[in-house]
Amino acid sequence: MAVRIPLHEGLLTSVEDEPTAQLLGGRCGRCAKLSFPAQTICPYCSADGCASVALSTIGVIEVCTTVVNRPPGYEGPLPFGFGVVELPEGIRLISRIMHPDRSRAGTAVRLVLENVHSDAEGRQVVTYAFAPEEH
Amino acid sequence: MTRPVYIQGVGIHPFGRFEGQSVVDLGLAAVRMALRDAGCEGGGFQAAYCGTVYSGVAAGHKVLTALGLTGMPILNVEAGCASGGAALGVATNAIAAGRYESVLVFGMEKMPKGIIRSSFFEPWREQGGLAVTPAYFALRAQRLMRDSGVTVEQLAHVSVKNHKNGVHNPYAMYQKEFTPEAVLASPVVCDPLRLFMLCSPNEGAAALVVSSQPPTSGPHVRIAAATLRSHLPGNVLGEHTPLSGLADDSIPSPTELAAREAYEMAAIGPEDLDVVELQDTDSARELISYEELGLCPKGRSGQWLAEGRTEMTGTLPVNPSGGLLSKGEPLGASGLGQVVELYWQLRAHAGRRQVAGAKVALAHTVGRGANASVVILTR
Repeated sequence: MAVRIPLHEGLLTSVEDEPTAQLLGGRCGRCAKLSFPAQTICPYCSADGCASVALSTIGVIEVCTTVVNRPPGYEGPLPFGFGVVELPEGIRLISRIMHPDRSRAGTAVRLVLENVHSDAEGRQVVTYAFAPEEH
Repeated sequence: MTRPVYIQGVGIHPFGRFEGQSVVDLGLAAVRMALRDAGCEGGGFQAAYCGTVYSGVAAGHKVLTALGLTGMPILNVEAGCASGGAALGVATNAIAAGRYESVLVFGMEKMPKGIIRSSFFEPWREQGGLAVTPAYFALRAQRLMRDSGVTVEQLAHVSVKNHKNGVHNPYAMYQKEFTPEAVLASPVVCDPLRLFMLCSPNEGAAALVVSSQPPTSGPHVRIAAATLRSHLPGNVLGEHTPLSGLADDSIPSPTELAAREAYEMAAIGPEDLDVVELQDTDSARELISYEELGLCPKGRSGQWLAEGRTEMTGTLPVNPSGGLLSKGEPLGASGLGQVVELYWQLRAHAGRRQVAGAKVALAHTVGRGANASVVILTR
């Protein structure tokens, strides 16, 4: 099996194990706001030392669309869903959305890992996405 | 402002695609036209500001080098889609403050074709499909449809209206009408946006001479305000295109911030406007701008459009030039192109696009950065 690497370091707790993988956010010790991707400086109040926190793996789609044309710099599958997901802790994320035909505003979704493309060394590049909950 | 600032002359190079012409060629054409219009072909300006994004190092310098008009400070101003508005803002401030008597402001661009590739995004965001500009437009359109009850037919209507106006603009890239059916039947780019609801990145240039003195003939057009604002953090769909935001819909947008400041500076309100040129990168963006600029109450933009208020025959015509949907969007030039159009409107020189008796006008751009500019002109 191909080696899996994250799209970008620090986005996810793991790219190996989908049931336990979580997104990593930053919680500011001063203003308490939550941001993603995690960074040490708070993007709301410029305080240092945001704590890294694992984010909820469930959420609700706020808005969603479908990308059909290949964007510059992108080598992954088309079409793909793209939208805003709101997590229970009150953060909204830009994310890929699986099964855009079944995903609309208000749809309950869960974090999944998605293979985007293989890099030059044959490694599988993995990113986060949200998929509609199975009923 | 400490003293009035006037537009002394304007110039424009048509917006479109011009094989074999460099961005400097386009800028030269607009600058020469503006200098001639202002009666100062030999120079006489003490500073020059050039709005551009994709033209490389010291592009504005190349234009003025070709004319032998150098020695003064030349600043190349990058503020995304608001680059032209930003350049006009710094020029206006300098004259108002008494630093200069006369300043040349120009904007020019030769955009790559297709979806705009921007060095703004880190490569991993592009690789992950997390940097798709029209998808962001589509998500804002979805929000507008949810919050303001806007329909896809109304989005088509925006395009139909602006293209109808663009028929009469010799500087526009597309000078033809589109039916609502044709707009709705054009390929879906990102639902709900169809191809004919999106403007084309393209090429063009525009220029103005601004001065502490009014022109020697014709009505005086004053720059009553020229503001530039960036985003506040927290809106996940803000033009700064972050990957996260707060569950809070009350964060003011850069357009709202720039508009509020401009109305205050000009001591007018949106009810005083006679004509508006605003950012219609896509059809939804035009309607969002109605609400953010206060042209209509929040949540009413679709209805406002449907009632014909922003048509040429309406109470407040919007985008008489045909907007960016007709003209295309050469980033550095688009905002100044709006101001050139409005200068002609206020001097009753807009031909078949003329809004009768226009005395107060507003120009607006918004985009990457985020940046939003608002310019208010009065006669």
